This record gives sequence, C-alpha cells and structure tokens, in this order.
Amino acid sequence: MINLKDLKKTIFESQVWRSIFRHDYADTPRNRTLQVMSNVWMHLHPPKIRRHAIRVRFTWCMGGITFLLFLVLTVTGVVLMFYYRPVAEYAYADMKYLQFDVPFGMLMRNMHRWAAHGMVLTVWLHMFRVFMTGSYKSPREFNWVVGVLLLTLTLLLSFTGYLLPWDQLSIWAVTVGTNMARATPLLGHEGPFAQVVGVTPRYDARAFLLGGTIVGPPTLLRFYVLHCIFLPILASLLMIVHFWRIRKDGGISGPV
Amino acid sequence: MAEAPGRAAVAEKAKAAPFKAKIKPIEDKIHCWPYLVRSEFVCSVIIMVVLMVWSIYINAPMEEPANPTNTPNPSKAPWYFLGLQEMLVYFDPWMAGVVLPTLIIVGLMVIPFIDVNPKGNGYYTFEERKFAITMFLIGFLVLWTSLIVTGVFLRGPGWNLFWPWEVWDPHKVVALTNVDLPYWGPFKYLGNPKVFGVELVGLTAITIYFALGVAFWFWKSKTSPTLQELGPIRYGIVASLVLTMMGLPIKMFLRIAFNIKYIWVTPWFNI
Repeated sequence: MINLKDLKKTIFESQVWRSIFRHDYADTPRNRTLQVMSNVWMHLHPPKIRRHAIRVRFTWCMGGITFLLFLVLTVTGVVLMFYYRPVAEYAYADMKYLQFDVPFGMLMRNMHRWAAHGMVLTVWLHMFRVFMTGSYKSPREFNWVVGVLLLTLTLLLSFTGYLLPWDQLSIWAVTVGTNMARATPLLGHEGPFAQVVGVTPRYDARAFLLGGTIVGPPTLLRFYVLHCIFLPILASLLMIVHFWRIRKDGGISGPV
Repeated sequence: MAEAPGRAAVAEKAKAAPFKAKIKPIEDKIHCWPYLVRSEFVCSVIIMVVLMVWSIYINAPMEEPANPTNTPNPSKAPWYFLGLQEMLVYFDPWMAGVVLPTLIIVGLMVIPFIDVNPKGNGYYTFEERKFAITMFLIGFLVLWTSLIVTGVFLRGPGWNLFWPWEVWDPHKVVALTNVDLPYWGPFKYLGNPKVFGVELVGLTAITIYFALGVAFWFWKSKTSPTLQELGPIRYGIVASLVLTMMGLPIKMFLRIAFNIKYIWVTPWFNI
C-alpha cells in the first residue's frame, strides 16, 4: 500500500516541484506575500492593499470586470478568427457556418458579442465610479487620461467589430457612423472649409477610413485589421500603463 | 520667511518637551492573497456564469446579407453611438459627429487638470464637490444616457419620434416648420443683416452666449476664492467646456419649443 504521507513528501520536495513553486502553502504572512510576489500573474497585485480597496461598494469591481471581459473577448475572438475570412464574398457565409456547423461556434460568437456590449457598459461605469470618488485627482491625473483613451479604444474596438458580420445591420450602422467623417472640418468633403483644402469624396477623411467612397470590401478588410491587430495591441499597451500606474500612484484611491 | 531656529534652540526645546513617540498609526492593510484574490475569483465566476447563460439563451443579432442598394429605415449606429446620432437632429454633422465628440474626449481628459478642488479624493461626497459632480451628472446621465435611450427606443423611420406603444409608420408626415433664428419672432423685422455673407443676428447671439463666461469672470473673480484658485486660463477652459455642453440642451429646447433650426448661418458652416 502506498503511504500518502511519503508520496506527498516525494512530490512536494522533488526538484521538479521545487523548481516551479518556490514556497509551501502553509498559511503564513510570508507565504501570503510570496504567493503574490513569486507568481507572474498574481504579481499584478501588490502583496498588501488598504482595507477599503476590496470593498465592492467602493470599487464596484468595474475595472476588474472590464479587464475580465477584455480577456474573454481575446479568447473568443481568436477562436472566431479560425473560421472567419474578412472578404466580402465569404464573410457572411462564414458567419452562417459559425452559427450552424462549427461546434460551439454560435456560443463563441454570442459570448464575443455580449461581452463586447458588456465591456462598453462596464468601462463607462468604471469611469463613473472613478469620477464619483474623485480618484482622478492628484497623483492619479495621468492615469485618468490613459483611462479616457482606453474608453475611446473600447468604443472603437466595438465599432470596428460591428462591421465584421457583413449583414444589413452592420454595414448600415457603420455607414451611419462613418458618414460623420465626411463632415470633418477641413478634412471631409462636406465639412466646413472643405473647398479651401480641396478634398473630394474620393480623397478625404472618410475615404481614408473606408478605403473607398462606400462601406465596401476594402472597408471590411480595413476594419478587420484594425479590430484584430491594431486596436487590441494599442489597448493592451495602454492597459499595461494603466495597471502599472495604479501601483505607482499609490494603489487605488481612498480617504487619506 | 521665519528664521530657522538655531541648533541650540532646538536642543533646548527637545530637552524641555517630554518625549513623545512619533509613531504613525499603522495603515489598515490586508494581504491581497487571499482577501483580494478571492473576491476577484468569485466576481470572475459570477460574470462568466452570467455571460455563458446569457449567450446560450440569447443569440447575437444577424440580419440579411449586406446589401448596399437597400437602405433600412431607420439606419441606426451601434447603440453606444446613438447619443451622437441623436445630436445630429440638433447640430450639423461636422458639429455633432466631429467637433462635439472630440470635445467630449478632450474635455474628459482635462478634468484632472482643471479641477483644483483637493477635497473628495478617494471617497464619495457630493457636499465637497458640488459643481464638478453636477456638471458630470448633467453630461453623463442627463445628456449622454438620455440621448442614447431616445435613439435606441424612441426613434423610428425617418428618424421621427415614436412612443414605444406607437406603430412605426414609415409614411408619418411631420411638418417641416423649423426656421433659422433671423427669420424667427422679433428678429424677422431686422431683415437678416449680413456682413460678407455672415449673418449678424446669430453671430451676436453666440458672442453674447460665450461672453457670459467672460462677464462672470469679471464679476466674481475678485471675490470668489474658487475662481482665484482656478486662474484665468483654467477658468477659460472650464467655462468654454461648460457653455459648449450646455449649448446642446439649449438648442434642443429652442428646437422643441420654438422650432428654431440654426442659431447662426454662415456661407461655410451653420450652428
């Protein structure tokens, strides 16, 4: 018969186990600290925080939920990318393929869609909470600015993703949304002072965004690249700054 | 500046004063592991369960294939942009679609630098930050949220207003009775005076509107400690942002109550 105690000892004191986990699990203050400090993922946290910082009534948990939804969107988004081609001829058919043939395809798409809407809401509520607690005040001014940029990027991510199903809902919503660009002062062909600059429907801010004069196949490719590569990378970079600055600015705000 | 006390004086004082331990009270801190991490874990599980169940039962919308020749009526932007689309009713696209969104983003970003009130940092309070919170609530709750609700639920074909219990009638006839300010009420007797095509009534109205901010500065800056703290530059930014933001409800009111379309007409742009 195997002696469990011996087995435990053999495993937990083996060189392999020791090389992965640098400390044991006994509940001591030292281990609690090491649990955070010696783990790259947990290391996002400081070892200790002020007591009010875990009160849900203070934080609403909205920043954390936003980040969680971003991770969900990354995972489901990568799965969707395996099946979706950003080509006008195929895009809609691929959506139908995801819906009817791909195992869990519809679930992935639904989760991606609803998490995206959820993220827009949580990021607004996060901003609302941060404003209401005055947390943008010194020394956290810059982190608020980064947060506003992240909020803008969230909206742009959601908007670029809106086009990808390539159905009536998406092209017309994006048509309405990008039509504003034709009225950009100086840079849009219907905007104030357009004649001064000499922009035309083919060469103005909107055409640059769409890759043409209407929401067409080049727009689909453009939005796909923005949605899957450019904007997520930009948002990730800013998130790194955002999280790092929380620690550097003295943890989350609280009464002095 | 007060003279720094000499070394002897300090030593004297230290002798005289009884020893008092100057220990800062230990901050009330707790370990992230387990207290924060377990909350995050529970929160993540709840969110994931809600999202999974929601996604199993409710399908993401999917309409017919994209067809550039068939424009749906109404065509709506994604719901989070409907506040901007709703502003198109009251402002031209260059204003509602470009200038105002830019001002919203820039305005949000400058908040920490124009709010000089040191109080209310890290706790909920209305008493100590009445102006800041009121302005934020007007912008975020009253304007942004209510415009989105209007856009999502109350706008039908032709971007006409429909109550939720009304049928969306694509042939609803709405009389176009809107007039520009120079042709409205008492102003029409002025004969719409213009200089180089720039219409003067509107120019005067908008100048007076923004001059209110300047006048308020000259009226109050001598006596108000808040304005002195702000200084002219920060005050200018605050006043421009607030007046611009309040321009939206004012224009909405003028449109709904008096059918006024443009306040100011020029050959290049209209406001």
